[in-house]
Amino acid sequence: MRALIAAVSVLALAAACDPGKPAPIAPGAEAYTQLQTRLQDAKAGDVIELAEGTFNFTEGLSLDVDNVTFRGAGIDKTIISFKEQKGAGEGLLVTSDGVTLTGFTMQDTKGDGIKSKGADNITYKDLKVIWTGGPLPTNGAYGVYPVESENVLVDGVTVSGASDAGIYVGQSKNIIVRNSRAEYNVAGIEIENSMNADVHDNVATKNAGGILVFDLPNLKIMGGHSTRIFNNQIVENDTQNFAPPGNIVAGVPTGTGVLLMANRNVHVFGNTFDKNKTAHVMVVAYSESFDDANYNPLPRDFVIRDNTYGAGGNDPQGRLSPLAPALGGSLPAIVWDGVTGYGGKTEDVRIVVREKPEVGFISLGLGTTPPDLTKANPSMTRQPDAQIEEPAAVVLEHDKPAASAAAG
Amino acid sequence: MKAGVSIRTNKGWRPGGWLAAFMALTLAACSQPAGVRDSVILADDPAPKLSDYGFFADAGGRELAEGVVAYDLVNPLFSDYASKYRAVYVPGGKQAAYSADDVFDFPVGSVLIKTFAFAPDMRKPEEGERYIETRLLIRKEAGWTAWPYIWNAEQTEAVYAPVGGRHVIETIAPDGEALSIDYAVPNRNQCKLCHSKDGEFTPIGPSARSLNHDGPHGPNQLADWTARGILSGAPDAAPAAPAAFGDTAIAERARAWLDINCAHCHRAGGGASNSGLFLAWNETNPTGWGVHKRPTAAGRGSGDDLFVIEPGKPDESILVSRLQSVEPGVLMPELGRTVVDREGLALIREWIAGMAPSTP
Repeated sequence: MRALIAAVSVLALAAACDPGKPAPIAPGAEAYTQLQTRLQDAKAGDVIELAEGTFNFTEGLSLDVDNVTFRGAGIDKTIISFKEQKGAGEGLLVTSDGVTLTGFTMQDTKGDGIKSKGADNITYKDLKVIWTGGPLPTNGAYGVYPVESENVLVDGVTVSGASDAGIYVGQSKNIIVRNSRAEYNVAGIEIENSMNADVHDNVATKNAGGILVFDLPNLKIMGGHSTRIFNNQIVENDTQNFAPPGNIVAGVPTGTGVLLMANRNVHVFGNTFDKNKTAHVMVVAYSESFDDANYNPLPRDFVIRDNTYGAGGNDPQGRLSPLAPALGGSLPAIVWDGVTGYGGKTEDVRIVVREKPEVGFISLGLGTTPPDLTKANPSMTRQPDAQIEEPAAVVLEHDKPAASAAAG
Repeated sequence: MKAGVSIRTNKGWRPGGWLAAFMALTLAACSQPAGVRDSVILADDPAPKLSDYGFFADAGGRELAEGVVAYDLVNPLFSDYASKYRAVYVPGGKQAAYSADDVFDFPVGSVLIKTFAFAPDMRKPEEGERYIETRLLIRKEAGWTAWPYIWNAEQTEAVYAPVGGRHVIETIAPDGEALSIDYAVPNRNQCKLCHSKDGEFTPIGPSARSLNHDGPHGPNQLADWTARGILSGAPDAAPAAPAAFGDTAIAERARAWLDINCAHCHRAGGGASNSGLFLAWNETNPTGWGVHKRPTAAGRGSGDDLFVIEPGKPDESILVSRLQSVEPGVLMPELGRTVVDREGLALIREWIAGMAPSTP
C-alpha cells in the first residue's frame, strides 16, 4: 500500500533551563523552531537574540509575552527573509505589552511585515522592513503595523516597498514616529483613526504619498485627532501608486507630500517639501459615501505653518488632475478641497494656512462630500487665521534615554 | 446527526464504558493508573505526551476514557477538509454553566479535546484514517490555555508540539477532487489568535447555538450533557444555529457559516476587530457584515474589488475573492486553511448572487 499521508513531525523540545544568558540563535534548519519556542516560552524581562546572518523562514513568528526584547545584531546584519513564506498574515505578530523590537531586517513577507495589535508600550527601534523586488502590488500591505495600541514608539525604522503604508499606526493613542525612513511605498507613513501622534524628523521619499493622516468610518475607534507632523523631509514622492484598486490608499494621487483626510486638530510645521508633483500638502474630506452616524468626514482645526516648499504641483495626478488645466496645469503647494459640509450639515472647519504670502494655496470650493468635481468653485484666498491650540508633545514613559540606550 | 445533511459528518469517537473499563483493566499492568488524571490536567506545564492525561482508553486515542464525552457542532469550522473529533471532560461532580449567548462557563480542570484526522479518501473518512494532531483547551485557575499535540507515524502516541508544524496530506475531497494539502498545525500563539476575546483566551465551539442538536451519542447534546451531570442551567428551549448546509433560507445559512468560520476574529474584541468587519450571526448592521463596506486593513487582499460584499455580484466582492484565494497574505481565514473550502465558497457566492443589486 502506498503511503498516502506523509507526516513530518516537529518535535519542539523545551530548552533546558539555563540560568545564564542563552546564546543568540544562529541561522540554520532549526532556527525557526528555536526562535518560535523561545518567543513562546519567554518570561517578562527576557531578551531573545538572533545572531548575524540570514534566516529563511516559511512560517510567521509571534510573541505574546509582556516585556520581552527581540533583538538582532543590527539592520542588514540580521536578516529574516520570508520569501518562501507559506502561512500567517505577517512576518511577526506581537500581541503583548512592553515589547521592544530592534536590530534586524525583515524581507519579503507575504502579508504585513511586523504587526502589533493590542500591544501597548511597544518600541520599534532600528529596524528595516523591505520588499526586495521594489514597489509591486503583490508586496505585503504594511511594513510596521501597530494597531489598537497605546503608547507606540517607532524610531529609526526604514520601510520600503509596502503596497499600502510603510509605517502604519491605526486605531491607537499616544504615538511617536521619528528618525525613520519610508520609501517606495504607496503611503510612506500613515496615522489612521488615532489620537495624539507626533511624526517628526522622518524622511518620506519615493512613495506615491509621503505622510498621511486619515480618519475612516465604520471602525471601532474613530474620531482621530491631535496629530503633529513636523521637521520631516517630504521630498520626491513620485513612485506611481501601485496599490490594488480596492485599497483606500489607491486613491492617493501619485506625487502627494502630505495628505490629510477627515480628522481634527492636525498641525503641519517645520517640514521641508520638494518635488512632490501633485501637491505638497493636500487637505480633503472623506469622499466616499458612508453609513455611519458617528463619523465626521470633515478635516477641521488644521494648522499648516512655517514649512519650506521647493518645486512641486507641476504635474498633478489622480482624482484632482482634471481640475489642473483650468489652473494653468499645476497645483499650488497647499490644496484644500474646500468641503465644509456633509449630510445637510455645514461646519466651521478652520483650515489655517500660516505661511509666507508667496506659498501657494487653493481651495477647490467643493462644498459638500461626497463631492461633485463639476461643482468646483476654486479660490486662492486662505481661510481667516485662527488660534488653534497645538496638542502637547507626546511623551511616552518607555521612551527614556536609558531605555533607548539599552535598545540601541 | 441526520445522514446526508452535513457534508462533514463525523462518526465521532467511540464512547467509553464497558469496553473502556475492560481496556483499563488490561492496561493496569502498565505503570500508570488508567483514567483521566486531574493532576496532569492542572499541572503548570503541558504533559510531554497526550497519553499522560488519560483521556483515552487505548494508545491510539480511538477509545475515550470514562468521563470523556464525545460531541460535535452544528457547523464545524473548515479545516482543510480534516475530520475532527471533539470531546469534553468536566472534572467529577462539577458542571459547566449554561449561557444562551456565550460559550458555556466551564469549571477549572475542564478540557476540550479535538483531534484532526485525514483518510486517503475523504468520501470514506473512516477508511485508513490517520490522526494528525490533537489540540487541548484546558480550563486552568487563571483561564484557558491551548496545548497542541502531534501524532507519531505509528499512530500510537502524540507529543507536545508548541510550535506546530506542516504535514503534507494527499487525499481526495468529499466532492471527489484530488487534494494536496500542506496542512499546518498551529503554534500555541496561533491558537490564541482565534481563541481570543478581549484579550482573554476562550473556547469557540461549546455554546448553546452550536451544541443544540443531536450529537454523536444520539440524543440532543444539551439534554445529554445535562443528564450526564456536566451541564447545569440548560433550559428546555435553547437557541440553535441553522445548519449551514441544511435547508433553511440561504441568508440564514450563509450568516451561520460566516459565524463559525470567521467571527472568532471578525467581531468586536476579536483578532480582526480593527477591520470593522463583523461577521457574527447576530451583527445587525449590514455595513458591519460587509454590504458596501470598503476594506480597511485588507491591503492587497482587496484585489480589484471595492467592497466586501457587492450585492448581486459575488465576483466583485472581496469576501468571495479572499475565500477563493490560497495565497498567504490574501487568503481568509489567515490560519487553519490552505485549500479552498469549495462548499463554503459556493454557499457564500450563492448568497451574494441572490442579493438585490444596490448602490452604496
